Amino acid sequence: MPVTDVQQDFDNLTLTITADFAAPVERIWQVYADPRQLEKVWGPPTYPATVVDHDLTPGGRMTYFMTGPDGDKHAGYWEITAVDEPSSFSFVDGFADLEFNPNPALPVSRNIFSFAEHDGGTRAIYVSTFESAEALQQVLDMGVVEGASSAINQIDALVAS
Amino acid sequence: MTVDEDRADALFHALADRTRRDIMRRVMAAEHSVSGLAVKYEMSFAAVQKHVVVLEKAGLLTKRRNGREQLARGDVAAVRSVASMLTELEQVWRGRIARIDELISSESTKED
Repeated sequence: MPVTDVQQDFDNLTLTITADFAAPVERIWQVYADPRQLEKVWGPPTYPATVVDHDLTPGGRMTYFMTGPDGDKHAGYWEITAVDEPSSFSFVDGFADLEFNPNPALPVSRNIFSFAEHDGGTRAIYVSTFESAEALQQVLDMGVVEGASSAINQIDALVAS
Repeated sequence: MTVDEDRADALFHALADRTRRDIMRRVMAAEHSVSGLAVKYEMSFAAVQKHVVVLEKAGLLTKRRNGREQLARGDVAAVRSVASMLTELEQVWRGRIARIDELISSESTKED
């Protein structure tokens, strides 16, 4: 497993995950810069993602929907707040309706992804922050199936941790 | 940060079934009677009742009696301390990271 460190900050409702990939920084950046690659990694196998709009520039938007086993669709968006290619980018991740209008009733998370050369590969640091415990709870409620199926697929990871 | 293994076992077992995940979706949204849930599935009342018991034992839902009815509701607070929520979110992220790893590894194999 490429995950090398996980920090849960209960006070600041922040999850920080460090992962080491055996590929150069530019290659990992490509995963996010290419919508066809991004959709391969964003949703779990049971809820594959389809990226629709993809503008990885400050102020740009990435929109996507995930399709469940019963054909149910769940849409979301990223609002890109900062980009420093290929080292980092920041975005707000939220829920949307199927026309990709952000749903203001649902909470968002603030995310910073950064990538740096490390031992010939890439060290990626993912930081995700929520405004309140209620917000985190709502996000998980929305993604309860995603969380569960992903968790089930990752039992090995849990056992190994 | 370690996860309580017994609780993780019960949780994964409870959620490893499509009907139980579907029941959870319903009872998280609103309280449902067990008999009301039973008519949603093509299985006996007893079978649905068993699913509800598994979810209850995993701490995912609570039941209360109202007259002759048993009402079930997703117990979000009990399951989701901030720690368990962050752990749940961590699993989502671990899945994404594993998929990135898979994507980049499949490529280097092809190039060889």
